[in-house]
Amino acid sequence: MSFEEINVEINQYFKTVEGFKKDGYEMMIDLTAVDWYRKKEPRFEVIVNLLSVSKNSRLIINVNVPDEDLKIPSICEIYPGANFYEREVFDMFGIEFENHPELTRILMPDDWKGNPLRKDYGSGRIPVQFKNAPKVD
Amino acid sequence: MNEEKDLKDDLDFWATNSEEGGWNISSTDEGSQKMLEEEDEKQIKIQTGSDVVDDYVYSEETTDDERMIVNMGPQHPSTHGVLRLQVELEGEVVRRVKPVIGYLHTGMEKTGEELAYFQGPTNTTRMDYLSPLFNELVFSLTTEKLLDIEVPERAKAIRILMTELNRVSSHLVALATGGMDIGALSMMIFGFRERELILNFFEKTSGLRMNHNYIRPGGVAADLPDNWQKDVKEILKIIPEKLKDYDEMLLDNPIWQGRLKNVGILTTEECFAYGITGPSLRASGFSWDLRKRQPYSGIENYDFEVPLLTDSDVFSRWRIKVLEIYESLKIVEQTMDTIPKGAYRIQDKKVTPPPRQRLDESMEALIHHFKIYTEGFKVPPGKAYVAVESPRGELGCYIVSDGSSKPYRMHIRGPSFCNLQALPVIMADSPIADAVAAIASLDPVIGDVDR
Repeated sequence: MSFEEINVEINQYFKTVEGFKKDGYEMMIDLTAVDWYRKKEPRFEVIVNLLSVSKNSRLIINVNVPDEDLKIPSICEIYPGANFYEREVFDMFGIEFENHPELTRILMPDDWKGNPLRKDYGSGRIPVQFKNAPKVD
Repeated sequence: MNEEKDLKDDLDFWATNSEEGGWNISSTDEGSQKMLEEEDEKQIKIQTGSDVVDDYVYSEETTDDERMIVNMGPQHPSTHGVLRLQVELEGEVVRRVKPVIGYLHTGMEKTGEELAYFQGPTNTTRMDYLSPLFNELVFSLTTEKLLDIEVPERAKAIRILMTELNRVSSHLVALATGGMDIGALSMMIFGFRERELILNFFEKTSGLRMNHNYIRPGGVAADLPDNWQKDVKEILKIIPEKLKDYDEMLLDNPIWQGRLKNVGILTTEECFAYGITGPSLRASGFSWDLRKRQPYSGIENYDFEVPLLTDSDVFSRWRIKVLEIYESLKIVEQTMDTIPKGAYRIQDKKVTPPPRQRLDESMEALIHHFKIYTEGFKVPPGKAYVAVESPRGELGCYIVSDGSSKPYRMHIRGPSFCNLQALPVIMADSPIADAVAAIASLDPVIGDVDR
């Protein structure tokens, strides 16, 4: 089994993935993102994990997405399975995927504000009010 | 016209001369008249119900007002949890499906960023609640890859033993709930009954029936209990017997076959497109098993086969789970004979907390104990992705470490999340009754979908 990792510029991203699909990477296994808030520039990094069952190899593609322009082309045309993953990243990080068939929130409610997996989104922020409990502000 | 009249007279005559006395033939509807007229073999078969004609699917275009959108779930017994499906129906036929998820979302990936590595398995074990040990295993393997440590041979063997037993229990639930959805209620009771055996063993070993937190970075939490071979032998004896019973009940059952064969086709190409792995891919005629191709935790040392079926329908996806149980039991049997003696945790003071007795004797042990349980062990910066073959497909864990004792980013690639995307493909243009069978065949666990 071989395991490779490459870094790709955002304008080459779609073409590169298309090339790897032709190259025998049949499956897109995983797509996720990392928020490097105040640690690294550019802030976001999208990680695509491809698997070739014919060559028995994995490939990880890292793409940097700057905070000012949170847009990255969608790879749903190449791998239809990217649909849910891109929606999840959109939901959790707020990264917009261009030309995605249906870019809506997937795990959080539709009217949710904020992107939970960003590092500046603290956990436990939502006040919990139990029934009949005295109101605390 | 004349002929019809003749026939009617004829029938009237026959009717009035019967022993029951006469009845008015003109009151019978046209359909039955027609049946008597064309009394060929096919017609009789249809009327008696031995030849089932699929008259649900209308080929002609229907207008928009004949379509209706129905919500299936999130509270629906056959959606295996809180899965909601928006189904567009045209009569009995499903035209479009949209899975709506997120009802069980608890932010486990965010929680994972706030728990230290030694606490990680308590979190991940709750994701796929039917195969908790796989979640712990994949998290531990990823952490060990970042730490660049190798666990002792005994720990590896225990991990294989426990995860393969977990695969059996998970597949038993899949068979049970799959049977329940289709109406084979005895299958449900049988499946859960046999799973109990394995859960009892898990309880004896880890203290809990589910959410074990047994496999941890650096090894396993505890050694196997005394006389564990006896329990495992019992499992190995009883489960194959019961599997034979299931086969007797279902394998040649015409109703079971009629409900499952040629239903919910998911081809290899579709699996590739949607990234579907595991039993669904193997049932479509493509042999891909991470245990063979990208082995983990020393599973390459065991002798087992990867079952392969080619029909790519619900029946093969059901059947392959039965066959996989046999193979997993084979591995379990081999671990019993070959399990090495020795430590079950890595003898690394930075990762493994010292035993309780040592705290009273050694200052060093006390310091390590304190450091590990307050701060946790530090993991060098880096990224790692490790995948294991869970009962539902490839279960991966991606961890980014920034050098502290907590993961900077922890992402679990759940197989159910991915497999759900194939539902619109499987369910489209099939009767709604088959849709339930299709959902059951994918075996989604909503805890794994929503995380």
